[in-house]
Amino acid sequence: MVQAQPPMSEPLLTLNAMHTHIGQFHILQGVDMVVPRGGVSALLGRNGAGKTTTLRTIMGLWPASQGSIRFDGKEIGKLTTPAIAQSGIAYVPESMAIFSALTVKENLYLAAREGEMDSVRLEWIFGFFPALKKFWNYPAGNLSGGQKQMVAIARAIVEPRKLLLIDEPTKGLAPAIVHNLIAAFRELKTTDTTILLVEQNFSFVSALADHVAVMDDGRIVHAGAMRDLAEDQKLQQRLLGLSLDSHQ
Amino acid sequence: MHPSATTATPVTATAPDALPQVPHDIAPLLLVPLLALLMLPLVGSLPIWITLTVAGLAMGMMIFIMASGLTLIFGLMGVLNFGHGAFVSVGAFTATLVFLPLRGWLEVDSLLLNLGVLGLAILLAMLVTGILGWAFERVIIQPVYGQHLKQILITTGGMIVAEQLINVIWGAEQIPLPLPASFRGAFLLGDAAIEKYRLIAVIVGLTVFAVMFLVLNRTKIGLLIRAGVENREMVEALGYRIRRLFVLVFAAGSALAGLGGVMWGLYKETLTAAMGGETMVMIFIVIIIGGLGSVGGCFIGSLLMALVVNYAGFLAPKLALVSNILLMITVLLWRPAGLYPVAQH
Ligand SMILES: Nc1ncnc2c1ncn2[C@@H]1O[C@H](COP(=O)(O)OP(=O)(O)O)[C@@H](O)[C@H]1O
Ligand SMILES: [Mg+2]
Repeated sequence: MVQAQPPMSEPLLTLNAMHTHIGQFHILQGVDMVVPRGGVSALLGRNGAGKTTTLRTIMGLWPASQGSIRFDGKEIGKLTTPAIAQSGIAYVPESMAIFSALTVKENLYLAAREGEMDSVRLEWIFGFFPALKKFWNYPAGNLSGGQKQMVAIARAIVEPRKLLLIDEPTKGLAPAIVHNLIAAFRELKTTDTTILLVEQNFSFVSALADHVAVMDDGRIVHAGAMRDLAEDQKLQQRLLGLSLDSHQ
Repeated sequence: MHPSATTATPVTATAPDALPQVPHDIAPLLLVPLLALLMLPLVGSLPIWITLTVAGLAMGMMIFIMASGLTLIFGLMGVLNFGHGAFVSVGAFTATLVFLPLRGWLEVDSLLLNLGVLGLAILLAMLVTGILGWAFERVIIQPVYGQHLKQILITTGGMIVAEQLINVIWGAEQIPLPLPASFRGAFLLGDAAIEKYRLIAVIVGLTVFAVMFLVLNRTKIGLLIRAGVENREMVEALGYRIRRLFVLVFAAGSALAGLGGVMWGLYKETLTAAMGGETMVMIFIVIIIGGLGSVGGCFIGSLLMALVVNYAGFLAPKLALVSNILLMITVLLWRPAGLYPVAQH
């Protein structure tokens, strides 16, 4: 399994003193974060900490009012959302935002900007999301919550992208489907794609992530290796208000 | 770097994947035939009922042509264009640039020749209103994206300016627009009289609907428009420039209003600069009934409204004026977001 390590040692994504205002509210107050190339980086934090706002700002859906966003060697902080997407970032929002009137096939077809969907890649996706094959020509709005999440993730990976931003993919899903997602993400980890994963489900994220950053009140309050946080219950308690018995 | 990579195991223990039903929401589709059948005993005479029904369908088709663009314009960008009616008027007046010089050919009782002239007039009207729509979007709409109050004010202003310009160019008098010779008169179907022009209107309306249906369901641009009506942010996050899509929709919607204006002008057989503005009430009613952003809903809403107006005109003339409002209230009580709610706004 080859992880292409680019010559430059610059991280794939670097947020530097990033501020975001929504209306008059100052939501992100200087976010500094680094996402290394390859693997899964987790972004954790309690509800309302600013995780979704961080992803939306990277995507250009909220404008950063200050600071810089460097992606793959280029400043993207002033680009429009479509230009950011074209630079190689795919986004799976918290709401999934699948197009419910369109079929599963049409949802994926629109995500394939190159025009045609690569059939080998599709079979690879069907390998871990078999429901998509089954419901290929069904309106996506008719699928269950877990299947919709599969559509949303499949849309992000139907063509190779450098970075996936995934916002709370396990929210509201049954444990069996969460299992399915873990398998899918493990499979994704074998590719060149880097994942920035926002999660509340600590056991899910600790099973997958290599790096972790914790956010509170619009700032990063901890960054390091996932393993270190997973092994340190006191730190978890302090940062996330979790203890081992409070998560499954 | 990640030797832990496993081959994914499809979890068959997840939800038993019963094939879901494809949700064909057909209740709204049934409304049109249901309404027509209900009215038959009330009208009491089959020939009169046929005449009224065909008249309603023809009027509905023309309203659909005028309204269909506006529902997408609102659905895609949440833009309230109170100036849409200007394109109806401009389309109709532009057609006179073909009709008046070719008056002689319109007097010849040849269906082919008359249709040829009509086709030419429609082509020119759509071209002019399409280009004007494109410019209108760039100059007037773009500065007020997302600001509904300003949109209402500035597009209403645009409409007034357009009406005055028509008065300047074509004069303030109303212009008679007689039907081409072969479109005049009626067929007899048993005892029922069916005006020929109404049949032409129905055919044109069905054609427009079919083309829009194909474009929206079978082309990438059409799929992007439907996706954008549902969630424009996500279309952008997939890497598409929604504003380019919107300019296209705006120009096409304006061209359709222009086409509708030609058909409507021939139906009324006179043109006034205010004719487009006068259709706006009906246009708003049908796109609200249909569900903002839904072309199918707009189609059904147009037919329903026109049928109701025609039946009411016969059964209870005093009610005819308010019958379309009553219809809208009734539909919204049943489905508060319209027959086919799709838009995100
Ligand atoms: N559209 C919005 N308007 C105003 N405030 C918002 C909006 N979206 C999020 N916020 C506020 O920003 C803060 C961070 O929200 P969010 O990024 O969604 O947190 P998280 O994803 O970590 O739960 C919260 O206090 C939330 O109330
Ligand atoms: Mg969130």
